[in-house]
Amino acid sequence: MTTPETVSREVVVGIEQGLHARPADLVAREARKWQSRIELVADRQRADGKSILDLLTLAAESGTRLVVEATGPDAREAVEAIGRLFDRNFTEQT
Amino acid sequence: MKFSDFVATDAIRSDVEAGTKQGVIREMAEALVEAGKIAPAELEGIVKAIMKREDLGSTGIGRGVAVPHTKHPSVDRLVGTVAVSRKGIDFESLDGEPVHLLFLLVSPPDRPGDHLRALENISRQLRDDDFCRRLKASATPADIEQLLEEADSHGVVT
Repeated sequence: MTTPETVSREVVVGIEQGLHARPADLVAREARKWQSRIELVADRQRADGKSILDLLTLAAESGTRLVVEATGPDAREAVEAIGRLFDRNFTEQT
Repeated sequence: MKFSDFVATDAIRSDVEAGTKQGVIREMAEALVEAGKIAPAELEGIVKAIMKREDLGSTGIGRGVAVPHTKHPSVDRLVGTVAVSRKGIDFESLDGEPVHLLFLLVSPPDRPGDHLRALENISRQLRDDDFCRRLKASATPADIEQLLEEADSHGVVT
């Protein structure tokens, strides 16, 4: 057994309205595709990336820096996928 | 932001009649009209705008909660209301759970921060199982009003 890997990267909330219900929904949908535990970390708090409710408690306004942190067998891919949502500013999503 | 900053207490409903997404959104918007928070002439436009937002993706955020909302130029400050559905409504939520607790928000287009902080307050309180259970069990609008007041005075205020 290998120790589950933890991978993280920083993202910036680029959406003008902040991380509101729609992008939170998209993050949670993406996060649920992965086995790893995924958290979004703000200055003072952490939110479960698979819970819209939790993500909304961050009240992350435009320009906020967050750290996406994943721990598990597919941590690297999960962080990449969620990072991509922020990089693309949540466009080109179905 | 506190509940008292945006919830119109006269528009709180403890037992909505509607059994569909569109029906409950209309019922809540009508309650805001009756409470004098939105103009009667704007009702149709607001219901339509909220449904349009739902088409982009459900506002059913899990745990039996939905936050239907829209921006609308006819309001000059954030207004909202709370409703409880006894039977539960299919909202196509991420977790597939029927929705029993609803928070409807109408915000001015130029105040995204207020909207975000209202969502923060709602989601923060709803993470508390006790709050959810009590809200769901509220028999009258007055019970809900009291619960929101308690949450405002004991909860984390930001």
